[in-house]
Amino acid sequence: MRHMKSLMMGAMFGLAGAVTTVPVMQAHAETPPNMLVIANRIDDITTLDPAESFEFAGSDVSRNVYGKLVNFDPLAMEKGYEPDIAESWDVSEDGKTITFTIRDGLKFHSGNPVTAEDAEFSLRRAVVLNKTPSFILTQFGFSADNVEQTIKADGNKLSITTDKKYATSFVLNCLTSTIGGIVDKKTVMANEKDGDMGNEWLKTNSAGSGAYKVVSWKPSDSVTLEANPDFYKGEPAMKRVIVRHIQESATQRLLLEKGDVDVARNLSPEDIAAVESSDALTVYEELRGRLMYISFNQKHPVFSNPKVVEAMKYLIDYEGMQNSFLKGQWTVHQAFLPRTYLGEIDDKPFSMDVEKAKALLKEAGVDGFEFEAGVREAQERVEIAQSLQNTFSQAGIKMNITIGTGKQILTRYRARELDMYLGAWGPDYPDPQTNAGTFAYNPDNSDEIKATGFLAYRNAWDPGDMNAKVDAAVVEGDTDKRRSMYEDLQREHQQKSPFAVMFQKIEQVGLKKTIKNLRLGSAITAVSYWPVTK
Amino acid sequence: MTAQSDIDKGRQPSALVESLVRAAKILGSIAVTMLGLLFVTFVIGRVMPIDPVISVLGERASREAYEATRIAMGLDKPLIVQFFVYIGDVIQGDFGQSRLTARPVADDIARVFPATLELATLGTLLGVVVGVPLGVLAAVKRGTWIDQVARVVALIGYSMPIFWLGLVGLLVFYGILGWVGGPGRVGIFYVDLVPSVTGMILVDSALDGQWDVFWNAVSHIILPASLLGYYSLAYISRMTRSFMLEQLSAEYITTARVKGMSEWTVVWRHAFGNIKVPLITVIALSYAGLLEGSVLTEIIFAWPGIGSYITTALLSADMNAVLGGTVVVGLVFVCLNIFSDLLYKFFDPRAR
Amino acid sequence: MTNPAASRNQMPESDKPSLRRWLLTDTPASRRQARLASLYQGWLTLKSNKLTMIGFGILVTLVLVAILAPWLAPHDPFAQDLGNRLKPLWTDGFLLGTDSLGRDILSRLIYGSRITLYIVILVALIAPVVGLFVGTVAGYVGGWADMILMRITDIFLAFPRLVLALAFVAALGAGIENAVLAIALTAWPPYARIARAETLTIRQSDYIHAVKLQGAGALRIITRHIWPLCISSLIVRVTLDMAGIILAAAGLGFLGLGAQPPSPEWGAMISEGRKFILDHWWIATMPGLAIFTVSLAFNLLGDGLRDVLDPKDSGE
Repeated sequence: MRHMKSLMMGAMFGLAGAVTTVPVMQAHAETPPNMLVIANRIDDITTLDPAESFEFAGSDVSRNVYGKLVNFDPLAMEKGYEPDIAESWDVSEDGKTITFTIRDGLKFHSGNPVTAEDAEFSLRRAVVLNKTPSFILTQFGFSADNVEQTIKADGNKLSITTDKKYATSFVLNCLTSTIGGIVDKKTVMANEKDGDMGNEWLKTNSAGSGAYKVVSWKPSDSVTLEANPDFYKGEPAMKRVIVRHIQESATQRLLLEKGDVDVARNLSPEDIAAVESSDALTVYEELRGRLMYISFNQKHPVFSNPKVVEAMKYLIDYEGMQNSFLKGQWTVHQAFLPRTYLGEIDDKPFSMDVEKAKALLKEAGVDGFEFEAGVREAQERVEIAQSLQNTFSQAGIKMNITIGTGKQILTRYRARELDMYLGAWGPDYPDPQTNAGTFAYNPDNSDEIKATGFLAYRNAWDPGDMNAKVDAAVVEGDTDKRRSMYEDLQREHQQKSPFAVMFQKIEQVGLKKTIKNLRLGSAITAVSYWPVTK
Repeated sequence: MTAQSDIDKGRQPSALVESLVRAAKILGSIAVTMLGLLFVTFVIGRVMPIDPVISVLGERASREAYEATRIAMGLDKPLIVQFFVYIGDVIQGDFGQSRLTARPVADDIARVFPATLELATLGTLLGVVVGVPLGVLAAVKRGTWIDQVARVVALIGYSMPIFWLGLVGLLVFYGILGWVGGPGRVGIFYVDLVPSVTGMILVDSALDGQWDVFWNAVSHIILPASLLGYYSLAYISRMTRSFMLEQLSAEYITTARVKGMSEWTVVWRHAFGNIKVPLITVIALSYAGLLEGSVLTEIIFAWPGIGSYITTALLSADMNAVLGGTVVVGLVFVCLNIFSDLLYKFFDPRAR
Repeated sequence: MTNPAASRNQMPESDKPSLRRWLLTDTPASRRQARLASLYQGWLTLKSNKLTMIGFGILVTLVLVAILAPWLAPHDPFAQDLGNRLKPLWTDGFLLGTDSLGRDILSRLIYGSRITLYIVILVALIAPVVGLFVGTVAGYVGGWADMILMRITDIFLAFPRLVLALAFVAALGAGIENAVLAIALTAWPPYARIARAETLTIRQSDYIHAVKLQGAGALRIITRHIWPLCISSLIVRVTLDMAGIILAAAGLGFLGLGAQPPSPEWGAMISEGRKFILDHWWIATMPGLAIFTVSLAFNLLGDGLRDVLDPKDSGE
């Protein structure tokens, strides 16, 4: 019997031990002074090749790794694009050719000099590879057949020739996006496989001239960057930057509070509030370019009635959401251009007004109906969907929510199968055309054309004469005129379109008080690590 | 257990022929099971209402890029052709390229599976070390308060939503008490410090003699492993108890007691000696379950294991990754089953 | 394998009402009496185990709560009030606080019990029945049918469970019905194995030989003579699996693929509340406790049932 007792004690100790007797290894309460550790969601990275990369976390890497012809200064974003690899540029008389002069003495991470030939190769490569973001370049008339003539290096000059005269700022703004990254031709071509122009290799490696080089990318785990000591603006203070994939807000906050990370990028409003009240931590925020919107499929018999769509816009509790579960992270915004963009407007014609909505519905002769809304399984969106469900029901409209994975909902949205879509849209490059050309542009609305790149198309909406206005605005050379054209477009869009833009993103990050000069990229670009000090 | 029935039927006069036939049948059943597994996974991948092209190209894809990629991926060919192309590649050991991670699926699995293996092994060890004595104790003390306590302890483990327990555990032991390391396999300063030999950080760091890395890894793994361990403890202790009850009521136990053997000898040498074999089966099954990768635990503890790898891939229609992952998990399951069958034959005098 | 409780009738005779004596008789006069008697004696054994009765009590309460939900719930479980969100426990009028959209957590838990019951009942109806069918047919018919059916069972067994469920839900679309089907799809193979093993034993019995000689067809033998004998071990297994089923449904809910909002499914509620776990811990914890309580109840009951129905555990 004594054995049984000791056995029982053993079992109890074993159980307790399993949970508690862990050697306490907390010698590393702080991250080293020259290392920046960031908690973020990075499972959207599928490639690091600048000609292919098109997701948020991917642009964050690219921005710090690749130099571009023109670029934004993280500490003076409002100044717009500035010289980077190109130290200056000239525009030809006819406005179609821009000639860049390449800065002297720049080096890639490999030690190879940065030349006009590399720039030529990088842009041609992006066009020829024809990956998803290639439209940012091909919209200027570049194609695999004509790049030999339209993108040309000569000595230390690179000239690009567009098919029409566009606003120079439009062209240059496009070159600041990820696809404008200049890659090291020698290194890339040394790693070419089956004529892929190094695509396979660049997916997981880097060959840039920027402030950092990629040490490793472990999918859904981490990205590790190492400072480039030869960076032409000076070696960055943070010698190593590690971005860890942490899914949950609560987990990110615990890591931040424990000092295991320096920055947490996906904190919920509640966790942000807690960080704010902490002594060692602080909150930093920037207005970003992402918009949250809902849109109504014009194939739906009820939604094709403009009165109904208008009524729906009065059945959204913009303020209520902004002040509760979206607090501090989304701000009410009702036009398709994000604030800080050329042509931005701050008009907010819609607010929650059930009576008005009911009157509009009555006018339209609609009395209660049911429809399906597609939402991806992100908590914030599910909460917005439930709030909408609640407010729509106050006018007797029943919304059934279908939750699916991002890809699944997107597949149905692109196939024009959803009655209503709730989602976010981020601009592709810092020019108003990026959103005008998708929210208000759809030259052929027929099913066969499958122009699924346009948001208007996905909702089977024909913008009518707005198509022509978008075309006109993009080639307008006079900035003031161009601005007012976009302002008018947006006002018209607010009234006519089946889109209800609701919010614009404010990114709030929690960070240690000692971290200075972390810039997230505002509405126009991605995060910059090189100015950061600690 | 997979091959057991076949083995039973495969009795032949000659020992050599017998073992050859047995081996062939085992291999045959593995092959059939794996083929079936591949087929089901493949069908699932194709009926999923996710456009695999979009998951490659993203939502802005132009129509031309879309068509080019569709053809490049072989999606224009008939389904059955796609399936046989895939099978052909797998037989050559080529699982193809993952679209999400931009690298060969085989490399990905070599990276994520050790993480799961490490966690599942430690979890099962904890479950066995605590669960078996607990089960034996409960059986010996049947009907007493000890039995009831053991029952409740085990059933609590069985009844807890593991993701809730994980979040709370992280909050208490990491956030408030600071006794364990946070999410992830190892602290950020210890990442990539040891050369990867097995991919299991505990083993690699021990091999390399880097004890600070080892202890750091221990502090990170202990919480998720305890959670999984608690879960398998529940199962193992319940099964141990019921096996023991059966033995303890057998006549030979009474005889042994009458002969005046000590209680320790009776319980451990005799009764426990006889339940080893079925117990191994139970442990193997529970181990196989953990080796699938506990998706929820992996998400909460930022553990880059095979469960979350397959899940992420599945939700993005990255079918090469899903198929590859499923094949590996299925193979492990089948092998563990066969292994426990063989042990059964080896240990159990009646089966020999 | 008949109910063992029937053969060990050692309950003391009493002078209580005759029904009880009729049920406890050593010499049943009819088949019906024998069957009822064995049920009653099983119940008596069950009753003597306190923990089992606690489990049983909890489940009865769950059923009552589900039935009486509209009368028990203090609020509309769907009524939002953004100005009144994240209220703590014991707030006036909101006993268990409110969630992120200002909905009463207690009311949602009460209505959620209906969904939990719905899941449990449906899965308990589908998975064991499919397993029973596959297992008994394989075991009885043997030969090729056995091989094919058992290979299929093996394939599903070897499949990572959550992946199979996820794939199914992803293919058919998220929703509670599909989640139930998905869980059933992953749950049936073990039942098939148990049923087959039992069938193999039963098939050789004199009893079945006798029935066969009377000219009964295979279908009739399987449904009328083999199924009833397999059921007791299945019931035990199902009860023990219930907790797993609830947890699996909650897991799907956690991944956003279970019940669709605004449905107050407990797993989805944990999922919604996990964002607040550090400062508003009760939002995720209350549904966590509810799941825990019900799972525990099923486990306690199943454990007790096993002692009554199946003293020699099969080891599956």
